Amino acid sequence: MEKPAYTLEFEKPLLELTRQLEALQHRSSENQIDLSKEITSMQAKLEATKRDVYSNLGPWQRVQIARHPKRPGSLAFIAEIFENFQELHGDRQFGDDQALIGGTAFLDGRAVMVIAHEKGSDTKEKIARNFGMPQPEGYRKALRLMRTAEKFGLPVICFVDTKGAYPGINSEERHVSEAIAVNLREMTLLRVPTISVIISEGGSGGALGIGVTDRVLSFENSYYSVISPEGCASILWKDAAEAPRAAAALKLDAGTLQEFGIVDELVPEPFGGAHNDPAEAAKTLHTALTRHLAELSKLGKEELLEKRYARYRALGVYAERAQG
Amino acid sequence: MSHFNAPKYPTKSVKKKDIPKGLYVKCPISGEIIFNKELEANLMVVPKSGYHFPIGARERIEALIDPGTWHEIASEVVSGDPLKFVDSQTYPDRIARYEKESGLSEAVVTGYGKIHGIPCSVAVMDFRFCGGTLGSATGERITRAIEYALEKRIPCIIFSTSGGARMQEGILSLMQMAKTSAALGRLAEARLPYISVLTNPTTGGVSASYATLGDVILAEPGALIGFAGQRVIKETTKQTLPPGFQSSEFLLQHGLIDQIVSRLDMREKLRDLLLALFVRKLPAGSRN
Repeated sequence: MEKPAYTLEFEKPLLELTRQLEALQHRSSENQIDLSKEITSMQAKLEATKRDVYSNLGPWQRVQIARHPKRPGSLAFIAEIFENFQELHGDRQFGDDQALIGGTAFLDGRAVMVIAHEKGSDTKEKIARNFGMPQPEGYRKALRLMRTAEKFGLPVICFVDTKGAYPGINSEERHVSEAIAVNLREMTLLRVPTISVIISEGGSGGALGIGVTDRVLSFENSYYSVISPEGCASILWKDAAEAPRAAAALKLDAGTLQEFGIVDELVPEPFGGAHNDPAEAAKTLHTALTRHLAELSKLGKEELLEKRYARYRALGVYAERAQG
Repeated sequence: MSHFNAPKYPTKSVKKKDIPKGLYVKCPISGEIIFNKELEANLMVVPKSGYHFPIGARERIEALIDPGTWHEIASEVVSGDPLKFVDSQTYPDRIARYEKESGLSEAVVTGYGKIHGIPCSVAVMDFRFCGGTLGSATGERITRAIEYALEKRIPCIIFSTSGGARMQEGILSLMQMAKTSAALGRLAEARLPYISVLTNPTTGGVSASYATLGDVILAEPGALIGFAGQRVIKETTKQTLPPGFQSSEFLLQHGLIDQIVSRLDMREKLRDLLLALFVRKLPAGSRN
């Protein structure tokens, strides 16, 4: 087994077993003794433990996988899934936000508009992309591209991967609230099929700002939340270290999101998370996107808008109290 | 232009202790002592300093709507407990406490009535109920108020005050931003006016949805209005916040809102705007 570059806390038992296995293999070859029985048994134990660890992931463990440093980002998925991506820059008003990108591409040969949060892969790129936290320009560029898509009848496909919109002075001065709000409203009115995918982190309004679509898909280890587990923990328990507790209380895992009707389909990931086999994760997502787009393409424009309105109109859990 | 001569109203964050309860109260701006009765009679605006204390939803409606024309809708809609959320207390216990303290069953009161004879659908948020947070029931009530405007083809007015999304309802709270914005999309397509009034404070998810989608956006003086919290911005950017950051006056200067309007002038302002955008002609005797 290849040693993972990063080991998450709950993966430590696996690391220990891997070490023991390597020690056995080493001893066997060094001393020319037959330890194949022991090695086979250790391998079986490792596999069993892996199955055990990865089949019973709690919300906080999934958050950790969603934030795994090696987890593929939007550009990696775009390269695997689409053909001939042409990035289109800028909001035509102020600047080009590299945390929220977009452009034309082809899905199975069909022209689409892709819009995506991008965190960046190395340190330099991460800084340039503001760690995937968009400013108002990003949301306004996204809206511009959505309108271009509508004009030419291209379906819109959004990849959501952000901790949230950037909390900055300039962001507020250029009205980030309004930029997000306008996107929420306008996305409900777009006369083309729209699909979003929560590929890792769905951080609050910053995620929703490109996420009001006909279909919402999510990778099984992604999370989508109104507030970060750390933020919630520091408000409720005055301690960011209580994040695991907050993650459980917020029920931010993709499974619960599906129960509430917020996510339409969970996209399975390679064993242990998308980072273990990005190409395989992309392939599974590709198949899901193709299927959902085919379904949406059958609907007329009015029907599409009616269904989209009904989808968001129905979200929420409340009671109706008898009037005294 | 008159607003450049307007007095400066420093923003003060609303704390529970600032909401007057006793016989008299101290103005946080001028320090003057004012009797609560006098304050209530003046819509919770301190006469000399012009400081705006928070006002209850029902009191605001009473001051705003033509007498005898108000009908509440969607008051049967109340919170559920989708997440079975528990922090220092259970979410249902928390809701029960706010209900008892505020005399309201949600953070917004919705209904319809007339302003100077002009019919409109109105939603008024109240900070006393769970910090004006946006839960499923809040979002549902607001959406019904917007849909009522759409159905009757009348304007919609929303008075916002909110600490943001309601954490105890998790992602469902976030989705209320999408739901209310979708309804406002339909209202916009029907070319019916929507006036948004921002009051102290209007932050987080509410600011990033219906509060900033008005055809006209008004704000009360000295209100704190913004997306991100000031502490978070300071910690993230390591920058000093400019004076008056996220105040109504700051937003007006940056071109983000249309006007700052004193609560005492709100009814007249709204009449003029509704006359222009909805009635579209000036009735005899309405010149000011």
